Order: sequence, then structure tokens, then C-alpha cells
Amino acid sequence: MRLLAAVCSLAVAFIGEAHSQNPYAGNVKAAKAGEYEFRINCALCHGLGAHGGGRGPDLTRAQKKHTHNDAEMFQVISNGIPGTAMPANGTNGQGVGMTDEEIWQIITYIRSQEVKAAAKPLGDPRRGKTLFYGDANCSLCHMINGRGGRVGPDLSAVSGSRTREALIDSVRNPSRRLAWGLTESTKEFPQEYETVTAVTAEGKEIKGVTLNEDSFTVQVMDTNENLHLLEKDKLRSFQKSRESAMPKYGTDLLSDKDLEDIVAFLAGAGAK
Amino acid sequence: MTREQFYRQVRGELPRTSPRKAPSFVLFFFLFGCVLLARPCFGQVTFDRLVNSAKEPQNWMTYSGDYSGKRWSGLDQINAGNAHSMVAKWVYQTGATGKLETTPLVVDGIMYATAQDDRAFALDARSGRPIWMYQHQLPGDIRPCCGRVNRGLAILGDKVFMGTLDAHVIALDAKTGNVIWDLIAADYRTGHSFTVAPLAVKNLIVIGVSGGEYGVRGFIDAYDADTGARKWRFYTVPGPGEPGHETWEGDSWKVGGAPAWNTGTYDPASNQIFWPTGNPSPSNRGAGRAGDNLYSNSLLALDADTGKLKWYFQFTKHDEHDWDATQVPVLIDADEKHLVAQANRNGFFYVLDRTNGKLISATAYGKQTWSDSKDGDGRPVAKKEASPTLEGHTVCPGALGTTNYLPPTYDSQTGLFYVTSRDQCDIFSTAPQPYEAGHAFYGSAYFPSEEAKPYLGFLKAIDPATGEIKMKFQHTSPTWSGVLSTAGGLVFSGDAEGNFIAFDAKSLKPLWHFQMGGAVYAGPMAYAIDGKEYVAIAAGSAIYTFGLPY
Repeated sequence: MRLLAAVCSLAVAFIGEAHSQNPYAGNVKAAKAGEYEFRINCALCHGLGAHGGGRGPDLTRAQKKHTHNDAEMFQVISNGIPGTAMPANGTNGQGVGMTDEEIWQIITYIRSQEVKAAAKPLGDPRRGKTLFYGDANCSLCHMINGRGGRVGPDLSAVSGSRTREALIDSVRNPSRRLAWGLTESTKEFPQEYETVTAVTAEGKEIKGVTLNEDSFTVQVMDTNENLHLLEKDKLRSFQKSRESAMPKYGTDLLSDKDLEDIVAFLAGAGAK
Repeated sequence: MTREQFYRQVRGELPRTSPRKAPSFVLFFFLFGCVLLARPCFGQVTFDRLVNSAKEPQNWMTYSGDYSGKRWSGLDQINAGNAHSMVAKWVYQTGATGKLETTPLVVDGIMYATAQDDRAFALDARSGRPIWMYQHQLPGDIRPCCGRVNRGLAILGDKVFMGTLDAHVIALDAKTGNVIWDLIAADYRTGHSFTVAPLAVKNLIVIGVSGGEYGVRGFIDAYDADTGARKWRFYTVPGPGEPGHETWEGDSWKVGGAPAWNTGTYDPASNQIFWPTGNPSPSNRGAGRAGDNLYSNSLLALDADTGKLKWYFQFTKHDEHDWDATQVPVLIDADEKHLVAQANRNGFFYVLDRTNGKLISATAYGKQTWSDSKDGDGRPVAKKEASPTLEGHTVCPGALGTTNYLPPTYDSQTGLFYVTSRDQCDIFSTAPQPYEAGHAFYGSAYFPSEEAKPYLGFLKAIDPATGEIKMKFQHTSPTWSGVLSTAGGLVFSGDAEGNFIAFDAKSLKPLWHFQMGGAVYAGPMAYAIDGKEYVAIAAGSAIYTFGLPY
């Protein structure tokens, strides 16, 4: 029995070893092959050039939310990420199952696309925090590490999945790309933060964001963080809009420097 | 004989009964037993029964319910007047994960269905309790394209038939789930697989291969149902010396794709099988395969006995957008015309004369930007600028198409063709990619275009006579559910949010819905036991059955 256990642990160690080192690290040819594999298997969600924005996060950031090294990235690509839309290799709707070799090529490609973080953050995170919880009013709707509002998306980990540019664009043009909420396991698209105006049979108007929706019901959080579970056929009226509930922060409301400070704060928060 | 007598015989204490007696009793039962019981014998699904399936609406014996592909049930107990009172009858959890695309069969009270990773099972269709379960042993390195899915079984005689992800065709004993025969149709290591529900015709099991994403050379096979011997194979990419070979550049035909991964239909009057084909390979890069690339994205009319090509119609020539034409070709007879209609993935609804393959009409039924002209036959022609580019640009419909494998329905009572459709546009970007056996061979990437958001999903009712969309229901988001119509004046479909919905066929107004807790990727079907009607659909990882509250 002990021998069997020893053999098993040896086998596990061997398998672990096989997937801990990228055999193509830094190999330019492998990165090129990986680029095509990436386009076929990953770009559907992570975008051309791994810049994200389709459905999945930007992968050109050196700092990743779920992985810290090549071996962990191999595991994530092979097995998916529980609780997210990231599927295990070979189980997503569109792509095809990849060989180990192809996964390593993709990792090599992603590494070749990574943008090194600036030596010093462009903004001042401490001032950004003051703005976030103060004059910029971000925390009225957004939460970081348990502190803040519930109407908008939780931003605790947003810096791990969005580039600085994408964050700035979301603040300047919140309606251009609505944030995602709930992702259901077999559903094709995640719920988006659409804006809802509903009038109940009694004439009460409810304004808020959709937490979820189907053809017959809608789950709304209003601007006072009250949850409304509504049946559409019992409403007097129901309107949805792709105009984000978040105000458009122009430079008149938030200067470029202020925004840079907030982005620096978000980046620091995600690192914890 | 009593059990005691039997055991005494076995022990040699009594002389054995003459072997002649048993067969004569069996023969007597088969000749007269069925008549006395006034119901079909368990498991014996003859070709005659399949041809005359309309006579037994309580059974659902082929993927689309009958040979014509109408996915229409003659049952009317559940109707527009009482559908609002429907209730869930039972749920069967398959234990599988991923997309459940199966359409169950029901024959004489037994439901036969499949699930991911090549599971098959038989259930008591009244209670959902399993009778047998089977799972094919798959190698670890299979490479299915689009999920480890299976769309269902064919039934003939006392066997059910399935194709597997490692390109086997298997016959199972319908009573036990035991393997009767198991053959290898192609090499899975080069990307061949089966996801399709086979079609039983005469004594043949007809099945089409998947693998358009791996550069397979597509084919449709027919196997002897008793022995598994291959009776014919039709290669959907013609070889040297065959007509159509000239539509491929150089050696590109060898990896030309044109898979055949959705179930076709059959016309007993002409003994022709109508089988649709998929994209040429690589799917999104036309460079290197100049020409029309026959018979990709086509409808093929094949002689059922020989597999010989009678005619073909190519919907999308030299496709560069992955617009497989693998949607169910529905046979419709109207005004003494013998038609075949298909709501195609490329966004057009086609009606052909099925006696000769001539196009009668092609009408857009969803958002499309790839064609603004038609050729002399009336076939939509692609704009040059619709081709994918290295940088990528937006084309509608997207690669998933205006519709996809999800089966439509034709209701002869309303005269309308109901189909699930989506308005989504994708950015198509090409990428040079050499062919390598067993490796993905797309030559491209595509992804949903942000600028074209939101993506919309519909259930649309099309008049085949005019191509006009008579009415539509907008889903909350695009769905992968097929559609069923019934003699009760109802249309059934599901949605991505997990609802199963009964619509009034005349208005597409929802009359009833049930939240199943899992997205729908399959087509509904209907059956009856002891005079009680049921409607079933796969959703999430389970099969759900509904009926009236009796």
C-alpha cells in the first residue's frame, strides 16, 4: 500500500513537472504559432492581440488576476476558472481542444504581448482613494474590498482584467461598453448593466440597473440599493436602455490628473 | 411451463421440450399478439412505421419527428385553450456537463436519448426513471469542434444507433443498451467525429461526419442496420476525375471540409435523401482554395439505396464566414409542388423544387450585410468586401449565423415555417495557418462585434410562399433552442435564460412558460402515453417533460 502511494506521488510529481515549465519560453517562432492558436481559441473572448474587451479580460497586462506564472496559466487554460466564463480546454462552444504543445505556444504568445507596467504609477493612489470615496462620488455606486455602493459593478479586482486605457474609457464613456454582471454557466452572454425604468401596477416608478433578466421577469437594483423582483406582465410599463446609469465623467467633472489618480488607486486595490 | 418444470428440465430430471414448440409460439405471438394487444410491439420499429409515422403521433421516432423534417406533432390534447395550465411532469438529470443538444425519441412508452461524452439512455417516458444507461469509452485525445455534444439517436428494428466523438458508429440493443455492433468510420486523430443523430432509411443507418474545423474530407455514410457493413459513402468533396473537383485549387480538396453534421430528411416517394453540408476548410480563409468549393454549404439529393448524387444546390459559394448550410432541409408539399425549404445560417430563407434542385426563392430573414445582389438563378451573391481581412472587419450575420443547427418547424395548419434566429455581427479576421493533421484549421478568428451590440434573438414565423416574416417574438438574448409545432395550435421553444415557452402558433404570443434553470441548446418534441400528451426538451444538463395536470 505504501509502495503504491509512493508510486502515485511520484506519478503526480512527474505530471506536475511536465506542466510546470514552458518549453517554448521566449521562443519567437512558438509565439507566432501561438498567435494563430490564440486567434482560433481565445480571441473570441479575449480579443485580437489579447487586448480583451470582447468578453474576457485584457491579457496584455503583466499582472493577471488568476495566474502568477506559466505553470498556473497552463492550469487555467486546461481546466478553466470556476465561477467565471473561462471554460476548460475543449469544452467551450467555439474553440477546439488544444494539445499541451499548443497551450504552451499560446502562453508564449501572451507573454510576448505583455506590456510592462510603468516603473512608477502615472497617478497618485492615495489621492485617488480620497477622490474615489470623496469628491468623485465613485463609491456611491462602486465597492472596493467591501466598502462602497452596490448599484454598479464591484471594482476590487477590475485592474486585473482591464487595462488603464479601458478603465479610463469606461469613466469617460460609460455607455460605450456596458459592464458585465452575472455570468450563468451555460448561457452564452453575461448579463449587462442595462438601465431599467419600470412602473408597477400601483403606479410606482422604479429606476435602476438590471442584475438579471429573462422574457418574463427582471431583477432590478434601484439607485437606493433596494432590490426589486418584478414580473413583467404585472407592470404598467417596462423600459430598458443601453444608456449607462453611470454619469459620463467629462474633464469638466473629473480632470485627467484626477482620473489617473483613481486608476492608480484601482491598480493598487487589485494587487491586494 | 412452470418455473419448477423448467428447472427440472435444466437438471435433466424431465425430458427437454421440443425446440420447435418455442419458435412456433414466438411466431404466433408476433403474428397475432400485436393484433390482440392492439398496439405496436415493443422495440420493433420497422421502416414502414417510420414512413407512416403520422399514423402514430404518440411516438417520436426520428430526430425531426418524421422523414420530412417538419418537427410537427399531430397531438392536440395540449392546445391553445389549455396550455396555460401545463405543469412539469418529471426531470431526468443526465449528469453531463456542457451543452445538451439531444432530441429524445419516444417509441411505445420508452424514451431514448443521448447526452454529452456519448452517453445514451432509455427512460420510462411516463416517469423519467432510467431503464438502461450506456456510455461510450472515449480516448483522452479526441478533438471535437464545438463541445462534446451529441444530437440524438436513430431507431430501427430493435436497435438504436449513435455516432460518437471518436468517429465510431454504434448499434445498441434498444431493450438493454448492450452493444450489438461498433465500427470505426474514420480516424478521430485527424479530426473526424460524429455529433449528428443518424437517420434510419430502409435497412440503412445514414450518418454524416463532423470535422470542418480540422480540414477533414467530408462524407455521408450508410451502414447496414443488422451488420454494420458499409453500404455506401458519398464524399462531399469530389476527388480527381469526379464532377466538381475542378472547384478546388490544387490539393485543397484533400482538406476541403464540407462536413455533414446535422440530420437530413428523406422523401419515400422519390427514395431520395436530402442532406445538408457544412463549411469548406479552412472556414474563414479563402486563399488557397479558389473556386466554388463543391459540395460545401450545399443541399445534396442522394439516392437512398446507392448514395449517388441526384442534384445539389450550393447556398454559399466559396464560403469565408463559417456559414455551414447544415440546417434541417424541411420537405413541404404545397399546391402540388414538392418543395424543400431551409432557413440558412447565411441569413437567407431558401425554397427549392426538390424534384430538381432549382431555386424558387431566397429571402433574407435576419440582419445581413454580405450580399446585395443575386445571380441568374436568384441565388444571393457575396460582395467582395465581405471577405475577412487581416485587420478584421464587421460582417452580418456573424459566424454563428442567423440560425444554426437548432431545428426549425413547419406547421401545415398555419402554413408557416418557425425558426429561431439571431441578429449578431462578428468581426472576421483572417490568419494564415498551415494544415496540420488533427490540428484546428480555421485560418481565421472571429468574435462578436461590439459596435453591432446589442445582439438580438427571435422566434420568427416565415411564409414559405413569399419569404415574408409574418410575425416574430423577441427573446431577451439570442437562443440556441429548436422549435416544435403541434396540432394543438401551439409552437414550443426555449431560451438562453432557461425558459421553456408555449406560444400561440397564430400570434406567437406566449401562453405558458416554465423556468428550467439551464439554457436550451436542443429541439423540443412531443409524445403520448395512455392517451396523455407530453412535451419534452433538454435544458441545462437535464431532460424536462411537461403535460396537463391530470
